[in-house]
Amino acid sequence: MDFTFTEEQNMLKDSVARFVQDNYDFDSRCKIADSEEGFSRDHWNTFAELGWLSIPFTEEQGGFGGGVIDNMLVMEEFGQALVLEPYLATVLLFGGLLSKSSNVALQEQCIAPVIEGTLQGAFAYTESQSRFALNDVQTSAQKTADGFVLTGEKVMVINGGSADKIIVSARTSGKSCDAEGISLFLIDSAAAGVTVKRYRTMDGQCVANIVLDNVAVNSEALVSELDQGLTLMSSVVQEAIIAVSAEALGAMNKLLFTTVVYTKAREQFGVAISSFQVLQHRMVDMFSTCEEVRSLLYRAACSVAEGSDEAEKNVMALKVKVGNAGKYMGGEAMQLHGGMGMTDELDVGHYAKRLRMINTLFGDSDHCQQRFAQLSFA
Amino acid sequence: MDTTFSSDELAFREQVRTWISENWNDDLARRMTDKKTSKDAHIEWQKKLHKQGWVAPGWPEELGGTGWNDTQRFIFGDEMAAAGAEEVIPFGLKMVAPVIYTFGNDEQKQRFLPKILSSDEWWCQGYSEPGAGSDLAALKTKAELDGDDYVINGAKIWTTYAQYADWIFCLVRTDGSGKKQAGISFILIDMKTPGIQVNPIIGIDGRHTLNEVEFNNVRVPKANVIGEPNQGWTYAKALLTHERTSIAGVGWCQRRLRDIKEHAKQALGNGQRLADDPIFQKRCSDIEIDLMALEFTELRVLATAAAGGAPGAESSLLKIRGTELQQAIQDLLLDVSGGYAGIVDAEGISGHGFADQARIEFMYGRAATVYGGSNEVQKNIIAKAVLGL
Repeated sequence: MDFTFTEEQNMLKDSVARFVQDNYDFDSRCKIADSEEGFSRDHWNTFAELGWLSIPFTEEQGGFGGGVIDNMLVMEEFGQALVLEPYLATVLLFGGLLSKSSNVALQEQCIAPVIEGTLQGAFAYTESQSRFALNDVQTSAQKTADGFVLTGEKVMVINGGSADKIIVSARTSGKSCDAEGISLFLIDSAAAGVTVKRYRTMDGQCVANIVLDNVAVNSEALVSELDQGLTLMSSVVQEAIIAVSAEALGAMNKLLFTTVVYTKAREQFGVAISSFQVLQHRMVDMFSTCEEVRSLLYRAACSVAEGSDEAEKNVMALKVKVGNAGKYMGGEAMQLHGGMGMTDELDVGHYAKRLRMINTLFGDSDHCQQRFAQLSFA
Repeated sequence: MDTTFSSDELAFREQVRTWISENWNDDLARRMTDKKTSKDAHIEWQKKLHKQGWVAPGWPEELGGTGWNDTQRFIFGDEMAAAGAEEVIPFGLKMVAPVIYTFGNDEQKQRFLPKILSSDEWWCQGYSEPGAGSDLAALKTKAELDGDDYVINGAKIWTTYAQYADWIFCLVRTDGSGKKQAGISFILIDMKTPGIQVNPIIGIDGRHTLNEVEFNNVRVPKANVIGEPNQGWTYAKALLTHERTSIAGVGWCQRRLRDIKEHAKQALGNGQRLADDPIFQKRCSDIEIDLMALEFTELRVLATAAAGGAPGAESSLLKIRGTELQQAIQDLLLDVSGGYAGIVDAEGISGHGFADQARIEFMYGRAATVYGGSNEVQKNIIAKAVLGL
């Protein structure tokens, strides 16, 4: 057993931390959030130059050969500053699916431009009726002579508005909630029949609904094996849960730090409010919560990296805790900031909103706890 | 980061598991819970562990420790808990012994350590007083030098198993002039010394575990003071770091949670298994997830300590969360026993199985968030040491 990081991992963590410190104070972040795309293309190019866009790809694919631990380190630093660039959507989801795909032609076509920073991607898997079930897919892919025709609507697609290419889950056989019969296709966002409806979420992210109206693709567009897309999706989503949980941990630690600093500076009744034991104990509980999240994060990340039988259970435990802890940390930080916690001007509310949105990604805490209980009582 | 075990470590786990299965049994467990046989059963078990060389994993190897690394100690604790094997009584082996071998002189080490190791002498702890609980340094039990003896007057309270003990280690006031933490000495007292009176305190669990120990002109040789007089507070604080490996009680919690799930599969109501009730599943999985976190927090603290870092205030975190979870589990188990929860001494009554033990554990378990420095005091420690408040 070993809880240390490699020298390479420490260097990676330090380099992300340095970038965030130098470029991502809260004012700069607000300006980026207010821009049309909701992220900075300049920063994206910097990510490419620093090699961060290559992390999860294997060396044969031209990547860094990193894994869940490396992604975790990057995302925790991003979470500290609420980084807006679509690393999750383009590199971890879109890139993750491609990297694990058996379609070598698509890998050769798309991975290099992702690593170079010239291609934006997205993964379109949720539908209006699907809530958190990956297997609930009604978008259809009808077989044609030389490929498929896709029809349906995907909702809340992260980075959907900026993505050049999108991987879409669609049903090639079976009924709408079957585990079998889902296939993944790569489509061009500019292809005929694709309509992109952009909108914002409360955490400043740009998402889109993707309407597919008889979108024709050829058979080479299959990212997964025919009918077996759920396996590939689940594996990539499992790693993405670890990544967003790391982001959440970064955000939670920042909230704790901000709250401690604020209560030391804020004076009432002639003293710093941090001198009140009732507030001290609340901040200790916040600290304790952050440590629990870190423990479950390391537990889940290691078990996924090691391919353990307990991996799914550990990942579900993590996501339950992250969801609940995110709400709790956001609530406590706002309360301890008093009236200031209500203001848009202060960063606290923005962290709370991001944590709230992370809870809804890939299954909220209630959804994941149901799955956890199934595994626990099996 | 890597949480896998090497093949040597897996072989070690197998060796531990085999030994426990051959030496721990239900009869021993039953005799430990029966007040008439409890002391002898504990000693019998500890002597078995001693014979195997495993009774004191935390001690230096040359004094009778195992020479295990942290991973081996973790595996040993894990296997003990998984088998439901009783942990050793901590007062001698885990609490006073480290103080003796760290701060005591050679004569004290030779006199006391072998009999602690062999469980031939039973120890109890004299820290808390009627007027000194969370504020331990306010203790007033006085030790005044008279020739080669200290004369001790005062009272200690909440003394677990004082009725069994051959020796008590005490914090006593040898100087009342300066700061309250200064002027405290760490002294070893033979329980047979004239002037010592043990008054039983019956707990809410109905058992006699706790006591008040009175000292009336008790003469103790000054050679029984550990280290320097008036430095006892420093030694007592150092002792706390030796407790950290078992403080969270993760193994015990895992074992009981498994028991709870098994009971819930048997418990029927309206033809449905309790294990299938979503509200029960929610409570159970809330606890299980927190426990999974605590297990890794403990491993992280151990890893930091092994790498030479000071675990310090993080052990307060383990204490807080560990005891909260122990109580949540005790609460859940008592609920699982349903209407039988209140039954006292009803062996052989139909339907009555684990409820008596569940009630005792629940009631005695209230102490966990109080002892070892109340959880509120632990929060004060973290606020100051970690958050700088």
